[in-house]
Amino acid sequence: MAIWLTKDSKVIVQGMTGSEGSKHTRRMLAAGTNVVGGVNPRKAGTTVDFDGAELPVFASVADAMKETGADVTVIFVPPQFTKGAVIEAIDAEIPLAVVITEGVPVHDTAAFWAYNVAKGERTRIIGPNCPGIASPGASNAGIIPADITGAGRIGLVSKSGTLTYQMMYELRDIGFSTCVGIGGDPIIGTTHIDALAAFEADPDTDAIVMIGEIGGDAEERAAEFIKANVTKPVVGYIAGFTAPPGKTMGHAGAIISGSAGTADAKKAALEAVGVKVGKTPTETAKLMRELMSGR
Amino acid sequence: MDLYEYQGRDLFERHGLPVLAGGVATTPEEARAIAERLGGRVVVKAQVKVGGRGKAGGVKLAEGAEETVARATDILGMDIKGHTVHKVMITVTADVAEEYYFSYLLDRANRTFLCIASVAGGMDIEQVAADTPEKVVKAPIDAVKGVDEAKAREIVEAAGFPAEVADQVVETAVGLWKAFVAEDATLVEVNPLAKTKDGKLLLLDAKISLDENAGFRHPDHEALVDQATVDPLEQAAKEKDLNYVKLDGEVGIIGNGAGLVMSTLDVVAYAGERHGNVKPANFLDIGGGASAAVMANGLEIVLSDPSVKSVFVNVFGGITACDAVANGIVQALDLLKQRGEEVTKPLVVRLDGNNAEAGRAILDGANNPLIERVDTMDGAAERAAELAAAGV
Repeated sequence: MAIWLTKDSKVIVQGMTGSEGSKHTRRMLAAGTNVVGGVNPRKAGTTVDFDGAELPVFASVADAMKETGADVTVIFVPPQFTKGAVIEAIDAEIPLAVVITEGVPVHDTAAFWAYNVAKGERTRIIGPNCPGIASPGASNAGIIPADITGAGRIGLVSKSGTLTYQMMYELRDIGFSTCVGIGGDPIIGTTHIDALAAFEADPDTDAIVMIGEIGGDAEERAAEFIKANVTKPVVGYIAGFTAPPGKTMGHAGAIISGSAGTADAKKAALEAVGVKVGKTPTETAKLMRELMSGR
Repeated sequence: MDLYEYQGRDLFERHGLPVLAGGVATTPEEARAIAERLGGRVVVKAQVKVGGRGKAGGVKLAEGAEETVARATDILGMDIKGHTVHKVMITVTADVAEEYYFSYLLDRANRTFLCIASVAGGMDIEQVAADTPEKVVKAPIDAVKGVDEAKAREIVEAAGFPAEVADQVVETAVGLWKAFVAEDATLVEVNPLAKTKDGKLLLLDAKISLDENAGFRHPDHEALVDQATVDPLEQAAKEKDLNYVKLDGEVGIIGNGAGLVMSTLDVVAYAGERHGNVKPANFLDIGGGASAAVMANGLEIVLSDPSVKSVFVNVFGGITACDAVANGIVQALDLLKQRGEEVTKPLVVRLDGNNAEAGRAILDGANNPLIERVDTMDGAAERAAELAAAGV
């Protein structure tokens, strides 16, 4: 088992015929993901060949679900069209929508999130501006490289992409149940807290690594959640201790405003609830390793 | 992107919101022209993106054109908390009877927008909220439904705006929301929102942040960037589509992925504590596909910072293959040499992940004495800091 994405997940790709979409569809297939089709209204009825796998293109998410039983969509469409693509996915009530696209205006994200809430949150949205979700050995929805690590019993939730890969690499000998990249934008669908709750409930996850970064107060709120709800051990890492206030560090959400959003505040909040926080990714991996070897 | 007050005033005016007549001047002569156009008594305000300008002498009243020129001359070029004043805003004055507070902003925690309103305006709203929380209304705004007249009236009543301005505040709240959405703002703050002695509502200040991700909808926003305050290296990087932030240390940083680069800055700063207190010189994320051309552009930007004494290239090959990155580094050094910008600073390179072994072999095979390969992130940071300290 894993959280949200399993070997039984049937995945479609919105934007499969674009350059990023087709590149990563090929990679997802190679990783063993059950990709069952793509969506592009202008190319509906055609198929796309991925090294011998003929994938059908559908006019809409709803059509694709009806024809294939898809329950996951991965969205690669450009920022101008992302809001429309996500709303289409929400309207179709697909259980999981993974939004990879970077550079989505925050008003668009706020709008599709409000729309999802109004519709009763039937769709779990991961992202935008995220690397996706991978359950090693089972399925991979997004752009997380599949060959870094195998299956294991650590759950990972992170705002970052390559930093996630680094942590997966550091702990590849232990392996992961599921790795979720939630994205570095100011508004995101799935939060640290959502992932912590799911890992807590997942019988195949023994411990959790949580990677945060400067900006906002998601890590502080996650700390409160851990205190009240998480019994499994959690190890944390925060990036951006030396980032100056007022400068956006790559991710739209990674900015310290005044005294809010600093790495020190986040570290303190996590440590106050018993989460061990590493100074570097390597040290964080070491903390997790010690923890797992004691089990 | 944060706007200057005068840009905010212009934006409000364009959206039909009530503001004071005025203009912006970069020279005393321009100030004279504005004063003559406005006539009578004016206020001259330094345009800086930092608080406390009034106390620093950056806000002055003036009567007539001559006095306006004198005050503008005083204020232009002033230093306010490290910000040089390049522009002054000149507006007519208002007889203020009451000062309120009104803003819309992004509420990250609740994944929506928030309206904050208070009849206790004109001062620091965080202080008001701390001292008298009952005077501050915080109303979540549904991003789809927005602020219509009914929602605005609900806010106005909850905040206890006086009856004689209630209708005007409702109208302003709706108009301000329209502007907030139309401009893809993440913050519009009006403090004070003032009632004049003759009962009119005026937006007397503007603090606005715009979402750069929405730039594709707003080609006009590009013109709001103040070139005078943009770091030349950051500008050069932007033109090459690189995500670069200038910092003030000695170790140049190049990495892939925002989180990993942020983490690299930290690891270098920790290593610097053991090596002459050297610090990271920049943030530079070269993104996913690190081709030779992209790597060359990145190196060129980082090395054109004269304070850089060593460079740490930290790449985790996820989708990017490390052999491609290694080739990129080797070719980038050649490319820079051809451009007549031969690299003389040492490069510490750490490659891990996809095809790392092949990448490391390429670096070793290049036999370039400037390239030093270290295979762990912490070890490489240590070495880069050590080299920077030795080069200082």
